[in-house]
Amino acid sequence: MWMKALGHAVKGNKMAMTISEKILAAHAGRSDLHPGELIEVPLDFALGNDITAPLAIEAFRKAGARKVFDRERVALIPDHFIPNKDIASAMQAKLVREFALEQQLVHYYEVGRMGIEHALLPEKGLVLPGDVVIGADSHTCTYGALGAFATGVGSTDLAAGMMTGRLWFKVPPSLKFVYRGQRRPWVGGKDLILYTIGRIGVDGARYCAMELVGEVIASLPMADRLAMSNMAIEAGAKVGIIPPDAITEEYVKGRACRPYRCYQSDADAHYEAVYEWDVSTFEPMVALPHSPENVRPVTELPRIPIQQVVIGSCTNGRFEDLEQAATLLRGRKVAPTVRCVIIPATQEIYRQALRAGLLEIFIEAEAAVSTPTCGPCLGGHMGILAAGERAVATTNRNFVCRMGHSESEVYLSNPAVAAASAITGYIVHPDEI
Amino acid sequence: MKFRGKAWKFGDDIDTDAIIPGRYLVSTDPAFLAAHCMEDADPEFPDKVRAGDIIVAGKNFGCGSSREHAPVAIKGARVSCVIAHSFARIFYRNAFNMGLPILESPEAAAAIATGDDLEVDLDRGVIINHTRQATIQAQTVPPFMQQLLQAGGLMNYVRQQMAESA
Repeated sequence: MWMKALGHAVKGNKMAMTISEKILAAHAGRSDLHPGELIEVPLDFALGNDITAPLAIEAFRKAGARKVFDRERVALIPDHFIPNKDIASAMQAKLVREFALEQQLVHYYEVGRMGIEHALLPEKGLVLPGDVVIGADSHTCTYGALGAFATGVGSTDLAAGMMTGRLWFKVPPSLKFVYRGQRRPWVGGKDLILYTIGRIGVDGARYCAMELVGEVIASLPMADRLAMSNMAIEAGAKVGIIPPDAITEEYVKGRACRPYRCYQSDADAHYEAVYEWDVSTFEPMVALPHSPENVRPVTELPRIPIQQVVIGSCTNGRFEDLEQAATLLRGRKVAPTVRCVIIPATQEIYRQALRAGLLEIFIEAEAAVSTPTCGPCLGGHMGILAAGERAVATTNRNFVCRMGHSESEVYLSNPAVAAASAITGYIVHPDEI
Repeated sequence: MKFRGKAWKFGDDIDTDAIIPGRYLVSTDPAFLAAHCMEDADPEFPDKVRAGDIIVAGKNFGCGSSREHAPVAIKGARVSCVIAHSFARIFYRNAFNMGLPILESPEAAAAIATGDDLEVDLDRGVIINHTRQATIQAQTVPPFMQQLLQAGGLMNYVRQQMAESA
């Protein structure tokens, strides 16, 4: 009776569960569990970066901890202000490096080998379907694209996770997002997630598990899926999960560094809400300043001049993203009034782009190509905006001051819109090139 | 735990870049971070805020980045408590982990204005607005989170748990 009251369907003795609930239940050693319950679960992987790890290391030491729970399951990735942008960031990076050496961490990646954490970990097969992953970085939810329960936490949670290999969670209620129809050209995962955030708002999925499904997702390439799950946090979600399928298997095959398990939601699992959209008429989307929920189709925008374009980040710095930008930049030049900064997200993507001739296309187009870094996305370095300047960026946040001066503006878009806008000097639909 | 202080009112969706901008994340020093706390939302805030003051905000306070520098900056500014209509998930966890008291109350978020003289009883979730002579009942802190606060934050709690199981 109480189960019915909670709105859960019961199959025989087994409760119907969503993929998120199943992963948490399996880790907690439970046959079922309910949204709102507090549980403690073992972690498959934990991650920190050059900004968040220093606080975690401090808390770890203060607690008297000596060894991380598993040196193969803790990754420290210097990516935010790396290569060191100034003396202060060099000191932080040094602290992280020394801790990684002391703890003999297997997954510490130095400049020249490293990449943006949320591109690097899936690429290396370190985060896998069915995992519970925490990262001291809000975009840890990216790994939901692989069918993992992955969520961002603060540095103290990371410290506790590094120490014990466990962490407490409140089981989130799930929201289902069903994408139907056929994507038009130039409409990708970034556009679908921007549309979603535009519809439900920056707290529309607060504390919830977003589950992304439907025929559009079923045929969506992994790079686009990773971009979608990446921005689940921009709707306030705890995770942005995509049930694993053949595309997941294809991606994970040959990368996975350990066994994994694919979970699927039960057909009669309970969702707090179900959203269903036909994407067939969607145009590429742009989030206007200063909120990721301020979303408009690019076709509805007036002529907005820009001074900078950034193509990269944990959202859209993958090979497929660069390929899309190159399609537009091939044989063309960046507008004389625009600085176009292109940042492959990992060293491997950089190498691929080199071999595929993309870097040459970018350089011929007079774009600047950078080594992997989060850099400009969070106003670190490699493209900070002055007062009154506007940028189109394939990144994930356009808050006040995010990329520089409080009177600068960031417009979020997919890589094709960003590349097209770099050519014209104002925000345009790629078809207008 | 009880606090009394002046209210500083902010709007909805105050993100962690507004609480402590990314350009200052080159340090973990609470005094340094406090000197830039909320400066992009109100450039004079770091100079105006006094020990014990209370931040009052709208929905989704602390959205965006997971940076724990946000609660560190607020604590460093000696703000005693944050009251909001609602909190973003990671900030909510971080606040308890760092021992920064927070209360959820849509009613308080709507009724309180900057400058109001507030008294907060955290255990009972009661907010007294002396300026407006009003008493507001906020959501009480969930029992598990109270345990975290009583232990003095997550790391102390984890240490206790490990000692008990050893």
